[in-house]
Amino acid sequence: MPFVNWLKRHLVVIAGLVTLGYLLLPNVVVTVFSFNKPKGRFNYQWQQFSTDAWKDPCGVADMCGSLSISLQIALWATVGATLLGTMIAFALVRYRFRARGTVNSLIFLPMAMPEVVMAASLLTLFLNLGAQLGFWTILIAHIMFCLSFVVVAVKARVMSMDPRLEQAAQDLYAGPVQTFLRVTLPIAAPGIAAGALLSFALSFDDFIITNFNAGSTVTFPMFVWGSAQRGTPVQINVIGTAMFLVAVLLVLSSMLIGNRRNKQKA
Amino acid sequence: MAAVTEAPPLAPVPEKKPPRKRGRLVPYWLLLPGLLWLIIFFALPMIYQASTSVQTGSLEEGYKVTWHFITYWDALSEYWPQFLRSVLYAAAATILCLVLGYPLAYLIAFRAGRWRNLIMVLVIAPFFTSFLIRTLAWKTILADSGPVVSTLNTLHVLDVTNWLGWTSGDRVLATPLAVVCGLTYNFLPFMILPLYTSLERIDGRLHEAAGDLYAKPWTTFRKVTFPLSMPGVVSGTLLTFIPAAGDYVNAELLGSTDTRMIGNVIQTQFLRILDYPTAAALSFILMAAILLMVTIYIRRSGTEDLV
Amino acid sequence: MTKDTSGDVRLSGISKTYGSFTAVHPLDLTVPQGSFFALLGASGCGKTTTLRMIAGLEELSSGTVFLGDLEVTNLPPYKRPVNTVFQSYALFPHLDIFENVAFGLRRRGIKSVKKQVEDMLELVQLGEQARKKPHQLSGGQQQRVAVARALINSPKVLLLDEPLGALDLKLRRQMQLELKRIQTEVGITFVHVTHDQEEAMTMADTVAVMNAGRVEQLGSPADLYENPNTTFVANFLGTSNLIEAEVDTKSGDDIVLKAGGGKLVLPGARCSAPTTTGGKVLVGVRPEKISLAHADEAGEIPEGRNRITGKIADSSFIGVSTQYVIDSPVCPEFEVYAQNIDRDARLVPGAEVVLHWNPAHTFGLDAAQDIDAGVAEVEEEAA
Repeated sequence: MPFVNWLKRHLVVIAGLVTLGYLLLPNVVVTVFSFNKPKGRFNYQWQQFSTDAWKDPCGVADMCGSLSISLQIALWATVGATLLGTMIAFALVRYRFRARGTVNSLIFLPMAMPEVVMAASLLTLFLNLGAQLGFWTILIAHIMFCLSFVVVAVKARVMSMDPRLEQAAQDLYAGPVQTFLRVTLPIAAPGIAAGALLSFALSFDDFIITNFNAGSTVTFPMFVWGSAQRGTPVQINVIGTAMFLVAVLLVLSSMLIGNRRNKQKA
Repeated sequence: MAAVTEAPPLAPVPEKKPPRKRGRLVPYWLLLPGLLWLIIFFALPMIYQASTSVQTGSLEEGYKVTWHFITYWDALSEYWPQFLRSVLYAAAATILCLVLGYPLAYLIAFRAGRWRNLIMVLVIAPFFTSFLIRTLAWKTILADSGPVVSTLNTLHVLDVTNWLGWTSGDRVLATPLAVVCGLTYNFLPFMILPLYTSLERIDGRLHEAAGDLYAKPWTTFRKVTFPLSMPGVVSGTLLTFIPAAGDYVNAELLGSTDTRMIGNVIQTQFLRILDYPTAAALSFILMAAILLMVTIYIRRSGTEDLV
Repeated sequence: MTKDTSGDVRLSGISKTYGSFTAVHPLDLTVPQGSFFALLGASGCGKTTTLRMIAGLEELSSGTVFLGDLEVTNLPPYKRPVNTVFQSYALFPHLDIFENVAFGLRRRGIKSVKKQVEDMLELVQLGEQARKKPHQLSGGQQQRVAVARALINSPKVLLLDEPLGALDLKLRRQMQLELKRIQTEVGITFVHVTHDQEEAMTMADTVAVMNAGRVEQLGSPADLYENPNTTFVANFLGTSNLIEAEVDTKSGDDIVLKAGGGKLVLPGARCSAPTTTGGKVLVGVRPEKISLAHADEAGEIPEGRNRITGKIADSSFIGVSTQYVIDSPVCPEFEVYAQNIDRDARLVPGAEVVLHWNPAHTFGLDAAQDIDAGVAEVEEEAA
């Protein structure tokens, strides 16, 4: 009986942890299988423990090349999306203007639209314009869909900022530019950083939109997709594990910084 | 030092026009670049897609707009099973995400205490790593000879799911169940995060007040917590169902030709068969359905909380 | 005597409208150089809006603002020689106290700020906290940083937007005296916005009472208190008893009125209402001006005093005084504050009493006004 009672009280916690397990299981598998030495072309069955893949992460042809392209695109897409998205976020929070509803909807739609629709329609645009598919079309597409996420992240931060701070700066002889550089930007920085981080991750990991608009360029996710047919090298798992670790580190550190800043009521 | 209420005019003050509104155009300049980008590369393509869908021709001859609306009818009558399947799978995945995700979101919001940050990290971090690699991991997890499938076989669970049509034989891979599993897995964070945001806003003292007014825990949940979390539920449902309906990765990697979703069809049409008009028509239909749902949502909840 | 008027604030015809809502009706106001001026009123009366128009943080819908001879109407805040102490202090969370205080100086291009900042921090007694961040200080300390940050720029006018609202009672009293001391020492014009009438009366040389976007009355605290011109001011500052009366005759400089079967005398100079015979006037007198006598001692009341009969409905012993509520045919809930010198045991609820006071303490108001104006706000604050 006591066990049943304990179960009833902790049902939510147990259910939640089961879900957490469901979320993390594939990551665990990825990491474990990065130490696998498979027999055939595919890495789906455990054979034996080996650190070969870790010692030679770029051993697979074209993989590190695709990785490099993904990183470059992610970097530039982040720069573009963060710049454009931050400007929009500030306009939304700090200013009044007409057609707010339309603007809000236009920014929301890319987040809610299935990727395949955006991918397909972009392709029709490029086809009709006779554009060369490749690095630049991918970059354009990435900036497009990362924009909205940056807006959400920055907007959240700026909304929690006391508008009186900017007024206080102006009251203390700071002109508009000075106010922005010395007060607004430093305080909004965590939100902008969060938006940039999100943008980088979304761009790096994007597959569907990239697949449609890449032409002959191969990004890392496209490489993985191809390998699902050709053969999955273990190095993919190595990269996957490395990404996870980097992501954990980044998220943890940004949370720590965020917590420290939260104590300074912005 | 008596202050005078009526200021005697010292020198005739010239009639001033009302003060200029400072910087009235600033927001428009801020919005311009980003909105322009979205209009050109998000909205405009939609128009091109519509245009392509009523074109005829071929790769050799080139395509021209001929208002060939029959394409829509043909596409629908041939591919309506895939549409239906997409809706079903997406709906199943969404429900599963809600059922699985709500306890976790609740756990993080109310029961986590010191562990809250750690659990949040564990929820968010996988989201940042290549989802293709992680989805491929499901091929290992659900492998025919793997522990999961063997256990399910031993427990005769597979017999039940076979009867329901969710699996066939004694495999899980290449069946609808695997695809739905993958979809659920991929979109769980999209359900958990809005749910968590919504739950986190609820004042814990409301639970105490409910308890003080004789409500048992489940009743408190039903009458207080769940209604208050509705914005998160709706938002999470939208952000899960819509992308899931258009997904093709899970169906391709974990399914079979019997589990093809509309996303697969669109992809094949565009990239392999190169039948652009049909592909564009299918994509347009999917988009129209989504826009309808979003419009209904906006009518009910307004646009201010969208972004 | 040539007065330095460079710190004068002259508002002419300034107003602020938001669409169809008028926050501030066109008003004229002059704040003399070096005075401590208070804008007093309930929330929503337009006092903060007026202050922000002086600071340049709100755009005027009409009118002009002059600082001395300098017209600042169209100047943005960073070009006006005024500084503001904000209600929530608005300290920059990412800068330490030193940099917060130095902010204005740096923006004006002053290179070596160390000495000035240290002196100013000493003035507000925060010398030790220079390198801390705002969130590490208490509310009272943050408030002093906000004052220092503004004062260090030697503005022509210092604007304070309910700066003491977030402090607890004891600290607030301390800071009121502090601010008054600083103002006297530094000699800058202070414009202080508050909803607390005691605060305004304690600190200010001149008080402007605002209501619904207009200035109801302007004057020294004593002037406003003893000679209110409107029911709002009479009820908002302290408490007033207002009796509905009718003009009977005039006798010399005095006006004789009829109320509830008796006669009341009101000095003509203290009546701000038209006094045609038969016209209605609200006769007012403050509770602390009234003496309470048991009905049996009615004969001992000296001649020439205004008197009213009634029955005690309620009495509360506060310690320093006893507050009575009297039921009278002349006025339903008449309040009397009796100082606690000798307590008459007969004065309990139900007792018949006679209230009397010196006619010189009476004031008269236009009966066309709302008799309860300014009362509801007071009750809300008490809660």
